[in-house]
Amino acid sequence: MLKDLFSETIWSLTGNKIRSGLTILGIVIGIASVIALVAIGQGAQNSIAASIQSIGSNLIIITPGAQRGMVVSAGRGSAETLTLDDANAIGSQVQNVKGVAPEVSRRYQITAKGNNTNTQITGTVPAYTDVRNVTIDSGSFITDQEVKSSDKVAVLGPSARDDLFGTGADAIGQTVRIKGVDFKVIGVTQSKGGSGFMNPDDAVYIPLTAAQHYLSGDNFVTTISVAAQDQNSMAAVQQAITDLLLQRHKISDPTQADFNIMNQTDIVATASSITGTFTMLLSSIAGISLLVGGIGIMNMMLTTVTERTREIGLRKAVGTKKIYINLQFLAEAVVLTFLGGAIGVIFGWIASMIISGLINVQAQVSFSSVLLAFGVSAAVGILFGFYPARRAASLSPIEALRYE
Amino acid sequence: MIECKNLVKIYKNGDVETMALKGVSFHIEEGEFVAIIGPSGSGKSTLMHILGALDSPTSGEYFLDGQEVSKLNDDELSEIRKNKIGFVFQAFNLLPRATVLRNVMLPLLYTGTSQQEREEQAIKCLRYAGMEESKFHNRSNQLSGGQMQRVAIARALINNPSIILADEPTGNLDTKTSHVVMQAFQELHRKGHTIILITHEQEIAEFARRIISVRDGVIEKDAINEKYHA
Repeated sequence: MLKDLFSETIWSLTGNKIRSGLTILGIVIGIASVIALVAIGQGAQNSIAASIQSIGSNLIIITPGAQRGMVVSAGRGSAETLTLDDANAIGSQVQNVKGVAPEVSRRYQITAKGNNTNTQITGTVPAYTDVRNVTIDSGSFITDQEVKSSDKVAVLGPSARDDLFGTGADAIGQTVRIKGVDFKVIGVTQSKGGSGFMNPDDAVYIPLTAAQHYLSGDNFVTTISVAAQDQNSMAAVQQAITDLLLQRHKISDPTQADFNIMNQTDIVATASSITGTFTMLLSSIAGISLLVGGIGIMNMMLTTVTERTREIGLRKAVGTKKIYINLQFLAEAVVLTFLGGAIGVIFGWIASMIISGLINVQAQVSFSSVLLAFGVSAAVGILFGFYPARRAASLSPIEALRYE
Repeated sequence: MIECKNLVKIYKNGDVETMALKGVSFHIEEGEFVAIIGPSGSGKSTLMHILGALDSPTSGEYFLDGQEVSKLNDDELSEIRKNKIGFVFQAFNLLPRATVLRNVMLPLLYTGTSQQEREEQAIKCLRYAGMEESKFHNRSNQLSGGQMQRVAIARALINNPSIILADEPTGNLDTKTSHVVMQAFQELHRKGHTIILITHEQEIAEFARRIISVRDGVIEKDAINEKYHA
């Protein structure tokens, strides 16, 4: 019985190869696009979350903010409200702080042996490695001694090293020149991965005091990064820092604060809400193609059944029971949708691999998107294959045979 | 073999009732070759549908091989058609994309017979119906009308039915081919098959041994065909 059902199904489907093929194609495109687009969206979400995680854990970032209602000197003004003393005060007076890393960051042109690049120069302190998850690949990071004596030493990020000395070159002991000042390379950091506009590897670290002394020429810092002891103490630490800085800056109204304080959770949340929207957008586009694929199946099933009314009549006349006629059409729909579904999953997977290679996002094919895409097409196929077949199978054989 | 008692069929179309059969009774013995003749609208097609277990009468009784058929449900009627009746239709009703063999084997679907057994039986029936061997694997839409009707006859024979029901089998054929096909039916008759032929043509009806004339839903005449020539 099952063998008969199977052979009749295959015979019917192969009997009209073009139509079966086009129907399968519709399903393939629908499913593949859902899977690929959702995979890319989720990959982007994950990679953004990961790159935010890579800048440190339990991180609180304080940046200078607006100075409202004060006399502001043109051009400089609000960006310079934080000092090294603020950072030291946070380190000594706030509970549950694991590390404080003040920094002076700015982009400069940097040259070495005739090569030059424009990169982020970060003047900072040894605690930076702990707070911002920087690990040293070769050589050493800046020491307290070097900060104290404003030594002209530099630690290069791997991308900056590649740009200045060639990929993988040994840069330690070489000299780089920033703003006319020579710095000796003492270390290279390990790659954090990432690319594009927020590449953490494209960086040069020098002692904070050296940056203030030779480059910025003042005593302000551009960012203070604070690592809290753990996730739970984040909120308390953030509040304590806010209170401390308000007090130090003699500001009574918190809304008038001359600094911004942000924690990593906020950043992750913001970023994932953006990528979430992005994923939704992609998924809805993919959903439309899935819908179109579904309508394709529907259309094919309806025309097939109408076209084959006489065949159904004949089958009934020679004694085939209603249930077998229903089963055969159901089997045809199932084979089409499952074949299309399987091919679609494979294509979707391949497409997400290719695209992730092209745009440098690790696409993640999620089981739920496979299930969803497959489920929708199977449901549509079976419903719209079954319903008209049921109607046709219930026709009296006389009427079905007369059908033109 | 076949026993019809006072068959009545009423079609309802909205409020309009049409009485297609107004009490038809007759009896057909095993091995008979009967033609049911009548103009269109006479009720002969309705009678054919009831005899073929394609439809049930509004009232009356129909016994086939001693079994009361008129009160059966859809699936039970399917069972009767599968086991006891072979159909030959005016429009042949072959599956156009299927081969001759596949068409003949169609009634054996879902019966549990093995593929090999089906093929053997189909070949036997095709030979029996006088089909050329070289065409067994052709698609049925590549055949001539006469060949198609032979395939249809072979299909009607494959389930070894109690009766062969031919509904205007020559309606789509030219005179010469019609005669060839009718001679094929006579051949089956000689071999002992029970055949019921539905037609509106006197000339075709005269190939049968007995002629039942139907008009306006009643039997007008039921007599042995004097002109029967083997």
